[in-house]
Amino acid sequence: MATVEVSFTPLPAHVRTARLVATAVARRSGVAEALLDEVRLAVGEACSRAVEAHRLHCPAEPVRIALTSLAGRFEVEVTDTGPAARASAGGSGSGAAGPGGAGDGPSLPPGFGIAVIAGLADDVEVSETAAGTSIRMSWPSSGTES
Amino acid sequence: MDLKLDHHTKDGIEIVDVEGEIDVYTAPRLRELLIELVNNGFYQLVVNMEKVEFLDSTGLGVLVGGLKRVRAHDGSLNLVCTQERILKIFRITGLTKVFGIHDTVDEAITARKSEK
Repeated sequence: MATVEVSFTPLPAHVRTARLVATAVARRSGVAEALLDEVRLAVGEACSRAVEAHRLHCPAEPVRIALTSLAGRFEVEVTDTGPAARASAGGSGSGAAGPGGAGDGPSLPPGFGIAVIAGLADDVEVSETAAGTSIRMSWPSSGTES
Repeated sequence: MDLKLDHHTKDGIEIVDVEGEIDVYTAPRLRELLIELVNNGFYQLVVNMEKVEFLDSTGLGVLVGGLKRVRAHDGSLNLVCTQERILKIFRITGLTKVFGIHDTVDEAITARKSEK
């Protein structure tokens, strides 16, 4: 069972809340101060991507984030129920989930957010299923609390 | 901390002061401001990010979009940033090669003037 679980309606404003909660739990789990910025940014990227996917495909469904303190690791899993697509960094096609936003077309390619996550967390796993996409990432921690 | 935006002209260059967090929620406001400035004929921009506390890929996308817009008018968009936590995201995405990143607004202005 996760140490802390959060689910939120897919609104961009709540991504900040998710970042704050993730950072607080990471700190409590013993993630080094120097790594907290990385946790904050990576969780923000994963949640932004999930929110975009939900807004397009299932705006009534919440985005879920599970924060787990394991022995020596702090793990974050962000799960969406949007159709699995272009979560991979090499994804092609017109990117609904691409940053840059709707309105005047994305300025960065789809999958850019995932590429940023891969640059931040030393352990990242993206799994796409029919039910949606899950991004799991982890960082070293000194905590043992479960 | 929400996003605070301000802008003023200095030595013929439009300085955009950004304060707070640039993310999926707030980035559209920065995008709108950059579009508005370009539409009003400001093509030499310096975005001062010294008071930015958080920047994600959505924010990077907005900055790249702004750069594309000013370049279409032979303009420039340079950044002022000395914070390691913000510089890091430019570095891991390779965007340090795309933007001129300076330590102070004056340095950014001087660099731009010497390019002309």
